[in-house]
Amino acid sequence: MLDGFEETPLVERLKWVLAILLVIFLAAPSFIVIPMSFSSSDFLAFPPPSLSMRWYQYFLDSITWTQAARASLIAGTLTTLVSVPIGTFAAYGTIQLSQRLRMLVSGLIVLPAVIPSILIAIGLFFVLARIGMVGTMTGLVLGHVALAIPVVFVVMSAAFSQFDFSQERAARSLGARWHQAWLRVVLPQVGGPILASSLLAFVTSLDEVVVAMFVSGGGNATLPKVMFSALRDKIDPTIAVVSTVMLVVATVAVFVVLRKGASTLKA
Amino acid sequence: MTALNPAASLREADNSAHLAWDARLERLVSFAFTLPCLMVVALCVLVPCAWLFFLSAYGADGRMSLENYQRIVDGASYARIFVTTFQVALATVVACVVIGVPFATFINSLPPRRSVLFLAAVLLPFWTSLLVRAYAWLVLLQRTGIVNSVLMGLGVTNAPLELAFNHFATVLGMTHIMLPIFILPVLGAMRNIDRALIRAAASMGATRGYTFRKVFLPLAAPGIAAGAILVFVMSLGFYVTPAILGGGNVTVISMRIARSLSNYSNWGAASALGVLLLVFTALLFALSYGVQRILLSRQRS
Repeated sequence: MLDGFEETPLVERLKWVLAILLVIFLAAPSFIVIPMSFSSSDFLAFPPPSLSMRWYQYFLDSITWTQAARASLIAGTLTTLVSVPIGTFAAYGTIQLSQRLRMLVSGLIVLPAVIPSILIAIGLFFVLARIGMVGTMTGLVLGHVALAIPVVFVVMSAAFSQFDFSQERAARSLGARWHQAWLRVVLPQVGGPILASSLLAFVTSLDEVVVAMFVSGGGNATLPKVMFSALRDKIDPTIAVVSTVMLVVATVAVFVVLRKGASTLKA
Repeated sequence: MTALNPAASLREADNSAHLAWDARLERLVSFAFTLPCLMVVALCVLVPCAWLFFLSAYGADGRMSLENYQRIVDGASYARIFVTTFQVALATVVACVVIGVPFATFINSLPPRRSVLFLAAVLLPFWTSLLVRAYAWLVLLQRTGIVNSVLMGLGVTNAPLELAFNHFATVLGMTHIMLPIFILPVLGAMRNIDRALIRAAASMGATRGYTFRKVFLPLAAPGIAAGAILVFVMSLGFYVTPAILGGGNVTVISMRIARSLSNYSNWGAASALGVLLLVFTALLFALSYGVQRILLSRQRS
């Protein structure tokens, strides 16, 4: 930033060393869980004394963990399927509102992102308890949809702010019904952002702990919920296995979206 | 605009009324598009929060009273929880500013291709769940962990240090989570600074430090303030990281709310704490808005 000033070589080198240390600080925790998941030890140890797959075997044999993985995948998929369409519609509708109404509506829609998640969790728990839906998948997905909506909304609002709405008006003045205009004109041009927001919505649900802790239960307990209680009770390398699995799922999703995004851009 | 009805009269007044009606319909349809989201937010956020306010105002005997709040004001244990929550949040903000501002300055000074690499490193933790990161820190910081082995190998300490299960570990874990959220707006503010101003200061003989303090920092200040307040507000609501890395030695408001409910089913205490947390959050966002306006108006003058 301070161009126009001479840098002394020593200061320059020191800056790089500090910056790289910081990158290690940021990146290290994401990576150390992978080698630990292959540990043969009964306890947490890094580096692992020797390598084995026993904790993966244990994970696959455990009903609690496999059931949790299934619940997480279902919750994540349903959350994505619900939050992406309604978030996209909301972003699309909001952009065409008057200034004041737009501020109000978008403020309300991003609210779940700024409110402490514990409040959403206990509030939702209270509401669901009243209607007897605590522990159901529907209740859990409802909470996760609320948390995913701000993410989808922000991404799609950014996408629509670049979109030339006269194209849609042109299509409709030429006789297209609104759903035709949407499917043929609007949607194909925001495919990338929709993929990106689907991914973010899925990961939001996959990683969510606090709402899941209160609202999900029994066979619907998600991976983060089971993992959180395991972290408080006994810590063994199964948690590293779960961490690795979640890391791999998230990373694969990113790559799929990037590849898909690149190919839709080309087409 | 949509229904250009060929049968409509060609008289101008008639047509304009038709168009106005269409425009109103269009606005209504636009608003209808936002309704599903608004309903979810209402059901998951507005109704529950209103319910919390309502619950917190009723005492154990079912009468309206402020006893839930009275208990929080009187009880020393509650005071300690509030102090802990604010201490941890403040320490996280300080750590983010001390690490984040120089790092953002550094990234901002790099040519685009290199800065992308560092930016990717900043964004990387976003892809790892909070739980996984808390767990990883636990492994790194435990008595037999790699940090202690390195410190002992270097001769810094003879016995393993207690690095996990305390305030230090909590603040470290939270800083790791909040740092990307802090750096992004700060970097955005720095990118918008007109480089000609910096060169002008240099050409007129200002020293490096003087330019940084008197030209660069004031211009970046609104971004830094916005980032810091955002980090502070979000830190007040943390639950998972203090629960795991604090190991029972750090109790923040969120944890107390959860415990009041899951152990004692005490809705009165939980809702009063929840309302206070909500009020603090709202006040801080209002403060953030005010600070932004002051800093921006000062910049203009």
